[in-house]
Amino acid sequence: MRRRNSYLTAGLILAGLTAALILLSFFWTPCDPNAMSADRSGPSLAHLMGTDNFGRDILSRVMKGAGATASIALATVAIGAVCGTAIGALTGYFGGILDEVLMRVNDALTAFPSVLLALVVISVLGPGKKINVILALGLVFIPSFARLTRTAFAAFRDANYVKCARLMGAGSGRILLVHILPNVMHVLLPALTIGFNNAVLAEASMSYLGIGVTPPDASLGYMLSEAQGMFGIAPWYAVGTGLVIILMVFSLGLIGEGLQRRNGEAD
Amino acid sequence: MKYAAKKIAAMLFTMVIVSLLAFTAFSLISGDAAEIMLGTQVTPERLAALRAELGLDRPLPVRYVSWLLGFFTGDLGVSIKYNQPVWDLIAPKALVTLCLSILCFLLITTVSIPLGLRSAARSGGPLDGLGTVVNQLCMAVPSFFTGILLSWGFGIALKWFMPGSFPDLGSDFFGAVKYLFFAAAAIAVPRVAITVRMLRGAILTEMRKDYVRTAISRGATRRQVLYRHVLKNSLAPVVTLLAQTMAEIVAAGIVVEQVFVIPGLGRMLVASISNRDYPVVQAIVVILAFWVVLAGTAADIINQRIDPRLRLGGDT
Amino acid sequence: MRKKLLSLLLLVSLLSAVLCGCKDGSAEQRTADGQEPAIGSTGETPPANEITVGIAQDLDDSLDPHKAVAAGTKEVMFNVFEGLMKPTPDGDLIPAVADHYELSEDKTTYTFTLRQGVQFHNGEPVETRDVVYSIQRCADDSEGEPLVPALSAVQNITADDTTVTITLDQPNTEFLSYLTLAILPEDYDQQDTAPVGTGPFKFVSRAAQDNIVLERFNSYWGTPAYLERVTFKIMENTDSIIISLQSGAVDLCAHLSTTTAAQLENDFNIEEGTMNLVQALYLNNAEKPFDDIRVRQALCYAVDKQGIIDIAFAGYGHPIGSSMYPAFGKYFDESLTNRYTPDLEKAKQLLSDAGYPDGFSMTITVPSNYQPHIDTAQVIVGQLAQIGVTAEIQLVEWGTWLSDVYAGRQFQSTVVGVDASNMTARALLERFSSTAGNNFINYNNAEYDALFAKALASFDDAGQTAVYKQMLESLTENAANVYIQDLADLVAVRKGLTGLQFYPIYVLDLSTVRYE
Repeated sequence: MRRRNSYLTAGLILAGLTAALILLSFFWTPCDPNAMSADRSGPSLAHLMGTDNFGRDILSRVMKGAGATASIALATVAIGAVCGTAIGALTGYFGGILDEVLMRVNDALTAFPSVLLALVVISVLGPGKKINVILALGLVFIPSFARLTRTAFAAFRDANYVKCARLMGAGSGRILLVHILPNVMHVLLPALTIGFNNAVLAEASMSYLGIGVTPPDASLGYMLSEAQGMFGIAPWYAVGTGLVIILMVFSLGLIGEGLQRRNGEAD
Repeated sequence: MKYAAKKIAAMLFTMVIVSLLAFTAFSLISGDAAEIMLGTQVTPERLAALRAELGLDRPLPVRYVSWLLGFFTGDLGVSIKYNQPVWDLIAPKALVTLCLSILCFLLITTVSIPLGLRSAARSGGPLDGLGTVVNQLCMAVPSFFTGILLSWGFGIALKWFMPGSFPDLGSDFFGAVKYLFFAAAAIAVPRVAITVRMLRGAILTEMRKDYVRTAISRGATRRQVLYRHVLKNSLAPVVTLLAQTMAEIVAAGIVVEQVFVIPGLGRMLVASISNRDYPVVQAIVVILAFWVVLAGTAADIINQRIDPRLRLGGDT
Repeated sequence: MRKKLLSLLLLVSLLSAVLCGCKDGSAEQRTADGQEPAIGSTGETPPANEITVGIAQDLDDSLDPHKAVAAGTKEVMFNVFEGLMKPTPDGDLIPAVADHYELSEDKTTYTFTLRQGVQFHNGEPVETRDVVYSIQRCADDSEGEPLVPALSAVQNITADDTTVTITLDQPNTEFLSYLTLAILPEDYDQQDTAPVGTGPFKFVSRAAQDNIVLERFNSYWGTPAYLERVTFKIMENTDSIIISLQSGAVDLCAHLSTTTAAQLENDFNIEEGTMNLVQALYLNNAEKPFDDIRVRQALCYAVDKQGIIDIAFAGYGHPIGSSMYPAFGKYFDESLTNRYTPDLEKAKQLLSDAGYPDGFSMTITVPSNYQPHIDTAQVIVGQLAQIGVTAEIQLVEWGTWLSDVYAGRQFQSTVVGVDASNMTARALLERFSSTAGNNFINYNNAEYDALFAKALASFDDAGQTAVYKQMLESLTENAANVYIQDLADLVAVRKGLTGLQFYPIYVLDLSTVRYE
């Protein structure tokens, strides 16, 4: 029992730290993240994480970049979760032909591996725009949320209390939102943390392939792929950015783990 | 057998939808391949001639059917960039990607199942928490970053392989497999972590069931029960997960091929997207998706062999 | 037990499927002469006398030299093809397939005598009919614009057994440089996929998005190449390039960034040449607000070239002030470089005169595969912010850039490098005449057009040079674009390799590279 909570606590502390850094970056960064100069140096008192190839302060950029990455991931997960849950609720609760058709399309979409589908969507929408990256990744996450919530909604469809509510004249919308959705939350929450992490990693991959977020407002993924090209002379750049990505994903992972264990199911 | 037939029918249906999605998406948005091919030298007459030559003047459904049949006849159209049959371009690359995926899949299976068992057997032990932390850390590293680290470590420091010189599959198969092994490892790290976690969870859930308690109360050791009964019953969700892993392997492969400079479908795909070479993109997307669907169906059928209960349930 | 067997069986069948399937992997090699390439070329320990060269993108479209457009393709195929004339590292032209030529008194008739014993890579001797065919192919205007527009000046071309005579409609001092166009065999129709030329290397095979293999041509008429075999390997990512160079998989790689080069100093000699590109912030002169000369000049005053070179290129690079790079010593005018010394006050003043006291927003479109241009654009964004201009970078794929910016002219501004297709000033300057098909910035200046007409009509070299210099000055005065620099070309060459020569055009000559 004690350990279950400690994952959650540790995760929340780390995530809170990251979030605090990101929030801080909206008001204050140690240096102007876009101020360039010709001097490149390793970590020092003036630049805690050193400077990058343009002489910009890496810590400031990492703070800004983490904000960009987190906002992309949040928006992505929001799209995936809202649309996915809506589809899952409709198909799971009502079943029938709608269910069949949507689930077949869902199957087909799941067949496209995440980055592949995102690549396809990006190539359709045009690369280089933040909003397109979000749309592409959001779309990618819809099927998994739909599948997950469909099962949950279907399970509650015939629960006694739902039957009661129906007998008492509650409309379908009300039943779905008020009666079933809160009960689905325990499946949804861990899925949200996993989704967030997948979004962060997928965005990083896309930036690596050169179709993610574009400079100068760089995401962590872009910065990491840029930093890899100068691993030999400026290892602090890759290490610093890499650590922040890992911290972000790791803390959310711990929260997810904690949540699942609290639910008493370890899968 | 009825179950298998049903699954295969569902698979074929899914594949048709997959191909339909890919085809319509690219036919609608890509604009006119002929126009792209002609570029700045476009004139109405040349456009019409090229369209006729490429078969673009036929109605959309006809084009779809002939394109779909192309997966069996090998006629998938002509690459806009290379002016060569798409099939000739991608067939050798598909083999490389296939080898990489299979190697990676074997690696994940052989590593994660023993690890998962071990982790479940020692659940609650002193190192359990550490295991979970390591597990979460493995999932937090982007695979291209792992790839770079492996290249530096095993390629440049230890010189176990030479990054950037992928041997030809035909003439040096084992050299190629050795090279692919490192790329596969980069892809495998986070997937192994996920699979271990999943297997561990499934086993622990199973261990709480009544029959386990009964068996133990009858004098069987925990270990015996674990290997004789529990493992078998916990495998079904893991097989399903491993099938989904195939999708992840393919996705991560797109990126890792880039890191290791492997001439596979992934690099071809990324390059073709930037070249707007839609016939190639279309074909690669569908081949990769087919590959994933196939793996999923295989998993369903295997699952049903492992766990006869599914025979009655029908749908998983 | 049964299940174990089943899974084992499954594994074995999967594996055998791989083994069988992979056997025909070499099918992707396409060969020039229809034969299999030497087996084991990549698999076994390499013979000593070959190198692997890293290139950042695949060669373009067709390998036919007359149709190739991308600078990266011409760069590689320079080793395979030659014309009647060929350029030297010093910027001169020397006879190649031709042995010598004579120019008539009225300077309109060139008579080329073919070099004896020149062979194509397929073993056929070069005959005069091949020369005539190659020139006519490039001059052919039956399907719209000819492949080489300048060849429309050719009035007549005749040949006997050993000589080719070309008559022009009027004297043209630059004509010779167009005759660097590749000489191809007349009756051979597979140039697209298996090109055949007369250069020091012959084409062996190509695997799309993977590699291109060249081999020494042993019957080459001139000094044969030192290396027996050169493999060009395509690597898109900087980190893959660095790792491949350090692991020993790649021996030579050009166009490196300063940060990449700095990491390779231990095992490689870093040789510095020039890219021979006119890198600039190209402005769409037909788009608001760049239709106003004051706005363009304001940007010129705001952008600090030396600052860009110092920040993004560690000091490597040569600032320029017009559409000309220093390697063209004949035309390059150093004084134009500092026509607009950075002056923020003046820039702001010009902006408010033009009606933008608070600046404006603009988009800089940059092709995503050219890191130097992205880096430059990033510094420009910072510099423009100082005069209140908010610039946003939009990265696009190279294909999109070509179709939207270059062909479609749908853009506000873009950072790219423009190269010269041959060693003439015309190759750089014709594009800014208002009617030029490749005038992608929509530059429209009557004075400039008049000067260009005058340059074309001038038959003596000195006079023509003077006019071209006037054109360059006009571009600077009118602030057609914000000119930045000719990029430094950093080439990593593995220690022990020597002999690399730089040219004033964008090529990579490997025929002189050798092991010490």
